[in-house]
Amino acid sequence: MSAPPSEIAIGPPIAPLPAVSGGRLLRRVRSDPLGLLGLALVALVVFCGLFADWIAPYDPFKINVPAMFSAPSAAHIMGTDNLGRDIFSRILKGSQIALVVGVSSILISQVIGLALGLIAGYGPRWLDNALILVFDAVYSFPTVVLGAVLMAIVGASVHTLMFVVVVIQTPAYARLVRTATLAKKNSDFVLAERSLGAGPVRILVRHILPNIVGPLFIIGSMDIPAVITLEAGLTYLGLGLPPPAPSWGRILEEGYRFIRDAPWIVVAGGIPLIVTTLGFTFLGESLRDLLDPKLRRIV
Amino acid sequence: MLIYAAQRVGLALAICIVAMVMLFGATRLLPGDLATIMLGPRATPERVARLNEEMGLDRPLPVQIALFIGNAVQGDLGTDPLTERKVAVIIMENLPDTLILVATALGWSFLLGIPLGCFSAIRRNSFVDKFTGVLSVGTISLPSFVVGIYVALIFAVQLRLLPMRGAGESGQIGNQIAHLIMPSFAVGLGWVGYLARIVRASMLEVMGENHIRTARAFGLPESRVVSRYALRIAILPTLTLLALAIGGLLSSTVFAENIFVRPGLGSLIVNSAKLRNYPVLQSSVLVAVGIYISATIVTDMIVAWLDPRVRTAV
Repeated sequence: MSAPPSEIAIGPPIAPLPAVSGGRLLRRVRSDPLGLLGLALVALVVFCGLFADWIAPYDPFKINVPAMFSAPSAAHIMGTDNLGRDIFSRILKGSQIALVVGVSSILISQVIGLALGLIAGYGPRWLDNALILVFDAVYSFPTVVLGAVLMAIVGASVHTLMFVVVVIQTPAYARLVRTATLAKKNSDFVLAERSLGAGPVRILVRHILPNIVGPLFIIGSMDIPAVITLEAGLTYLGLGLPPPAPSWGRILEEGYRFIRDAPWIVVAGGIPLIVTTLGFTFLGESLRDLLDPKLRRIV
Repeated sequence: MLIYAAQRVGLALAICIVAMVMLFGATRLLPGDLATIMLGPRATPERVARLNEEMGLDRPLPVQIALFIGNAVQGDLGTDPLTERKVAVIIMENLPDTLILVATALGWSFLLGIPLGCFSAIRRNSFVDKFTGVLSVGTISLPSFVVGIYVALIFAVQLRLLPMRGAGESGQIGNQIAHLIMPSFAVGLGWVGYLARIVRASMLEVMGENHIRTARAFGLPESRVVSRYALRIAILPTLTLLALAIGGLLSSTVFAENIFVRPGLGSLIVNSAKLRNYPVLQSSVLVAVGIYISATIVTDMIVAWLDPRVRTAV
């Protein structure tokens, strides 16, 4: 018997999603010191993002030429950059950018991915194959390369950046939803519902969707550090947010130009990225063990 | 096996073509005339028309795509309109530096990651195991450009031990190796943790199997059981990973090449993207996609060859 091409497609194998409840997740994180550390770091980043405008000691955009290249001191705890802007304030403001771009573009790609995945999983075979081919084609571009190409075409702005992230993330979610839909499609309760005369829309929305949304949400939250890194990375390469937006990538890029004279700029620019990725990864790690019982058994 | 191979290659070609059609379609969605953007606002209309004709932009889109793919198959990737040089030549000049960087990064992360994972599995819950566990989780997600910038700051700017820019003088092996150390560290660091983790998980699984118990029952020394009978099987999952790794590695080489001002495919892609030099951009992206897809096919073939269940399932 020959399998449809979709079964031998390029891309990581995706396991069906197990059911998860919020209470179990919280208990799990509390019992794991690294998870707890992750939670604390994530809380710190979110706090900075939410209250950046109140905590920041200076205006992150205010140019202050006499104070340029000040080394870290009591007045500027992370020093100032080539235009005399306070780096600590810029980093706080940068966490806002990182979180807004990260969370909103993941949510958008999840909504699109959910729709495409349901169509691919429940729709006719030819449509499934066509969609999978497109997902795989997008997947075959190295992330940064695809980002660079799209940025070059559309030009750099917040919207472009989010568009890039959506294009990169959507196939991953769509494939996940597709696999889950295929698994549920022929289960007894769906067959029962169908035999009672329910249409595809009712089956998808009332019966398949609730089984997918929870895990999809958790997997999406684990992608936040990758998306934040992508945003900072593209901005670092000069393909992301245009100046003067204090994206962490921009701070690194500007600091790297003056690495010999003002090394504190790159040191400060890297810290929030390390804190964010470590925080989300430690947290995600302790949640993932719960999502993937096979992994929990082995590791 | 032959049918399986043909299916995989056919599918890969289809993916390549769809990817190129998407790339082409996207570049043509750009508002404004490509040639005008590339030549600047002061270009004469004749110059614009000539460039449009040279790049084939005056033809319908499907014809352009078909011509590009047809020429690419024959090794002709067109001409760079800015330097008037063959794109294939430009790519061939840049590709070796990227491949060397990828190979070095992969090499050192395999040499370190596999023994670490293996040791963690044998001495489960020891200090080394716990340390490796935290280290892997920590390094996997660390952005490679932050790692690159930090090592540049420490080893080139502060300690002045290593050269910071370029790929070294051609012909001077020692010099070139010195230029490779920091970029390959930045690119490979995340993979050490990742490999250690995967080898550890699959080692733990393999160590519980019957043939290992049999080997032990025969009185073989533990070192031999581990190296000859367990690790050989436990390494298999890392092979599948290798293909997926290539995509990620190509992404991190883009950063490493940018930070350390190295020539390479990544620099070529980023620079041509910034200049909106589409002929060079399209071709270099095609090469990057091609490398990734060929890597997936090769690993699929190796896995199918090692594990007959994969190919009979198709």
